[in-house]
Amino acid sequence: MPTAAPDAPLTSTTIEGAIDHLRATYPEAVRADDREGYGGIIVDSAQLLDIARFIRDDLGFDYLSSATAVDYLGAGDHMEMVYHAYRSRGGGALVFKAQAEREQPEIPSLVSVWRGADFQEREAWDLYGIHFPGHPNLTRILMWEGFHGHPMRKDWREAYYEEEQKPFDSRWPGGHVHRAEEKNVFGKNVSYPREIDLSRLMDTSESAVYQSLGLGVDVERVMDKDGFETNELVVNMGPHHPSTHGVFRMVLTVDGETVTSLEPVMGYLHRNHEKIGERNTYLHNIPFTDRLDYISSMGNNHGYVLAVEHLLSLGRRYNEPTYRCETLRVMMVELSRIVNHLWAIGFWLNDIGAFFTPVLYFIQERERIMDFFEAVAGSRMMCNYMRFGGLFADLPERIKSVSNLVNDRARDYNTMQFLTEMVSERIPRTIDELEQLLTQNEILIERSVGVGVLSAADAINYSAAGPLLRGSGVPYDIRRADPYSIYDELDFDVAVEDAGDMYARYLVRVKELRESVRILRQILPRLEATQGESIWADGKPGAYAPRVPLGEAYGRVENGKGELGYYIVSAGGKSGTANPWRYHVRAPSFINLTPMGIMSQGHKVADIVGILGSIDIVLGETDR
Amino acid sequence: MDLNLQELNATEFPVPAELESNIAITSLSQLYNWGRRNSMWPMLFGLACCAIEMIATASSRFDFSRFGFEVMRATPRQADLMIVSGTVTKKMVVPIVRLYNQMPEPKYVLAMGACASGGGPFKEGYNVVSGMDKYLPVDVYVPGCPPTPQALLYGMIALQRKIDGQSIANGDDVPWYGVGSAEPTPVPVLGPDIIDPRQMDMIRRQAERAANDMAALGMRELPAAMQMVAAKAPTATAAPVEAAPVDGNALAFVLPAGGRPWEEAEDIREKRRLRALARKAVRASRRASAEEE
Amino acid sequence: MYGTGLAKGLMLTLRHFVDSYIDDIRYGFRKYSHSVDNFGIRQGTQTKGVITVQYPDEKVAVPERFRFVPFLIVEDEDHPTRAGKDWCTSCGICAKVCPPQCIWIVRGNDPDTGRPVPEPEAFFIDIDICMNCGYCAEYCPFDAIKMDHDYELASYDRTTHHIHDKARLSKPNSYWRSIAPTRAYEEMLARGTWEHKDAAKEARRGQSASRSAPRPAAKAAPAPAKKEAQPTPAPAAQSPAAEGATPWSEDDAKREERRRKALERKARRAAKRGG
Repeated sequence: MPTAAPDAPLTSTTIEGAIDHLRATYPEAVRADDREGYGGIIVDSAQLLDIARFIRDDLGFDYLSSATAVDYLGAGDHMEMVYHAYRSRGGGALVFKAQAEREQPEIPSLVSVWRGADFQEREAWDLYGIHFPGHPNLTRILMWEGFHGHPMRKDWREAYYEEEQKPFDSRWPGGHVHRAEEKNVFGKNVSYPREIDLSRLMDTSESAVYQSLGLGVDVERVMDKDGFETNELVVNMGPHHPSTHGVFRMVLTVDGETVTSLEPVMGYLHRNHEKIGERNTYLHNIPFTDRLDYISSMGNNHGYVLAVEHLLSLGRRYNEPTYRCETLRVMMVELSRIVNHLWAIGFWLNDIGAFFTPVLYFIQERERIMDFFEAVAGSRMMCNYMRFGGLFADLPERIKSVSNLVNDRARDYNTMQFLTEMVSERIPRTIDELEQLLTQNEILIERSVGVGVLSAADAINYSAAGPLLRGSGVPYDIRRADPYSIYDELDFDVAVEDAGDMYARYLVRVKELRESVRILRQILPRLEATQGESIWADGKPGAYAPRVPLGEAYGRVENGKGELGYYIVSAGGKSGTANPWRYHVRAPSFINLTPMGIMSQGHKVADIVGILGSIDIVLGETDR
Repeated sequence: MDLNLQELNATEFPVPAELESNIAITSLSQLYNWGRRNSMWPMLFGLACCAIEMIATASSRFDFSRFGFEVMRATPRQADLMIVSGTVTKKMVVPIVRLYNQMPEPKYVLAMGACASGGGPFKEGYNVVSGMDKYLPVDVYVPGCPPTPQALLYGMIALQRKIDGQSIANGDDVPWYGVGSAEPTPVPVLGPDIIDPRQMDMIRRQAERAANDMAALGMRELPAAMQMVAAKAPTATAAPVEAAPVDGNALAFVLPAGGRPWEEAEDIREKRRLRALARKAVRASRRASAEEE
Repeated sequence: MYGTGLAKGLMLTLRHFVDSYIDDIRYGFRKYSHSVDNFGIRQGTQTKGVITVQYPDEKVAVPERFRFVPFLIVEDEDHPTRAGKDWCTSCGICAKVCPPQCIWIVRGNDPDTGRPVPEPEAFFIDIDICMNCGYCAEYCPFDAIKMDHDYELASYDRTTHHIHDKARLSKPNSYWRSIAPTRAYEEMLARGTWEHKDAAKEARRGQSASRSAPRPAAKAAPAPAKKEAQPTPAPAAQSPAAEGATPWSEDDAKREERRRKALERKARRAAKRGG
């Protein structure tokens, strides 16, 4: 309970001021996190709920960006939930943590404070086995119900487990090749608990999905508004469905054609990004981040290198990335954003009925941007372009292909000319075409205006991010709210629309496309001006196994889909580590699905795919 | 089509001596293959990153309809080809096998990318299947992460070439013309970990062995956390697996001393081949008895 | 008026429809011609829309930095002194930086002394795991592993085809220079010679040991004619060690000493990690 009534109006708006205020109010329950390299506060989990409300209402941190668990096995032996709360007006994070015993951990659920914690707490239950009393539906979210164990715990080992950390000793110098399945008892990357009883084996994963949603029976008699008896039906969509943007699944309850409730079911592309990421070295993770939001790999790289650079900056020898490096990063990220939004709008139109024609128009420009990425970074989609304190390589002078296969036809363009033409002519022209095709199209307007409305208050409370948040009238763009890289010196506007419906999100994306072009126009002269400058902070390529100082870091960027955050903990060593202890991805596609249920209520089944398309998810990031 | 009659007559299909000059069967194969290879409709089915490159391949710049991969169908019932485009997770393999069973024959599977071929970079993950061919028969593997559109097109052309080489007369190539209805691939079960029903006997055997010697078999148990860390108990990889009855294929690569190859017990293709051979034997014996009469 | 937005959009599709023929008319049959170089223009930023690549008949050649699966560089067959020799010294850095750990190296040992020799006995890459990230090529200190441009690798059987062994991986140095001339040139500048680092060192050592002897043949290595600007490496500092024992054994001893120390460090680390 508060000991000092916080009657006085909050004078200090800084994070430190907020923390002081909090400590003054709850002196026993709040202590500073004084571990080396850590920040924020540790909160007594008995009072977590009260303090969270205080943080939200009195301190104004109304936006819970990320909530994630860390398993400190052997380094304190406790489970920890880490929360990053922000003010929707902008500014830095208030990081607060709650700790629990490793065996039977229990931390009160914050869903009643921030609805956005819903899926994230379910994930922490699924992967870490942390119990959240007060959570409305604490079931597994990424793995299936009935799976043995909580795989992200440090003492849980997968079937192909080799060593705690990469590089594995078996690869060199005595690297006799074998396939992992040749050594595994059951061959298929599986292992079973000792007490497995095959005679009583039942696949309960499906029934558990329906039961956890409170759908014990599939058909339910209800009375409609005219007093007729109707049946309420449960309809399953996905994971194989052409409009779920991959392997996503939704379970709807429909009354006639009208959706009464919707529950997202995911995990069909859960490929253990975080578990693998904790075995990896810091450098190993960069190409893995490419495969998160595989439409905009450059943005994924950026968030991750920012987080690790933040940790590196805690060490003694650290140089800021050069200006040219930052410029190139921003250029690549903005090009990715254009690709992302073109893709998002195109496939959203697919979902609402304009099958493939718009997509084909938009893919044309994407192909050229892909050509550029391929020439600069080496791959069309999986760019793996950014490094800690630098980049893979500077721009080549010419985008030139070399023939080496039969029937190869070579191309040769000047890079800057190619870019200039793209930025000044082709991309703006495509955006104009897009607007001509769609913005005033009556069919599109009828289909999308007033559909899938998310109010501003809900958008913040549900931790929505990106165009979903800005389409609801919250002008929150991390590039402005918490600037990173060189965004603070670039001139651009935050796209925002008030209506909160599908059409508003479409308009936000179109505006952002134009703002990206505007940013790129400012980038090109900067590139010319920094010609010849090194792309490496230290003047030479970084080491292949950098040792990262102890501490924690949260790097976040505004990606095409929304706020992409990386929470990285370097722990377990004495002077620094080569592998992250905790590597967590705050995936916008994942958290943006939290409000999917309330957005869909009362709409027709045909609108559901449109609403999903307007959120713009990528399953690689949703399920990780 | 230029046909060498002498060569074609040397097929394994039993041609009665008086019909040696009749090559209708082989040329029918060619006609049939031509029809099949040029009207191969893929299923509209994307799993992960590779799906994006698959869409790029379908779109105007690369356009796989030029090869008769005309339209992508969202329903398995109208599709001939399943392009497994991305990481196959344990949770997803269940629907994939169901979808495969729903596809009408002739059906083909193309594993696109490293993940679908053999697990890919995520192979070590606990929820990842080490290759689609652990559950379904795969016809063509396209390596790459992700394969570029041109690499995928090359794989699709490779599939067409494979079809070209098939013969209706050969039960191995076209098992769907065999006697009786084709067996559906058993759908995996999501238990404590994924369970392939075809592996059930083996799992049972291993469970019995586990009762005797647990650690050597890499059975995962979850003892108290600190014990685990302190003891560093030997795991599956640390201790070489004792020779268990293997009836899988031999391995192509040399293993380090002490390790024994451990391929999974059943392989669909092998089974199909055996079935086809059995059918052939039945046919041969029938023919023999007919000749005797 | 209701419907104008729709009509405007349809005008766009009509324009795209018409545009799709304009290019055909402009190029006519010339577009299939290999002699007229219009492919680059049609695939570039100058053209409207996007033009289909007639894949097996024409392929978009990939840029130099393109990365598919890795390969190993060996000396060309016509190399005067080191024909067919690996550039790889089996230092193991590629295996360490490989994110999915798909590189397996067996370091060779001298059968007499049991000491490691600087070339791999076996080298495997499992391309079913490889994620084409290019780290191995990027961090290789000897420029010995590179990312290949050949993406036409589809196969019918992965068990026999998808673990590339050393024979499958090895490609001549001239191949690398042909697929990536600019980068090969940049690497040469960084190394200071077209030769392998160690070969150049050896040659220099040979030079310094016997100054009167004729110039070693290594200098006559097949450098591409167009890149004449080969910077001659600065003459090696003449160490007194060159006089006494053979430089090789001296060098080896030092290397062995370093290795022993590294192993000790590693053992210490492992012990620390275990305890």
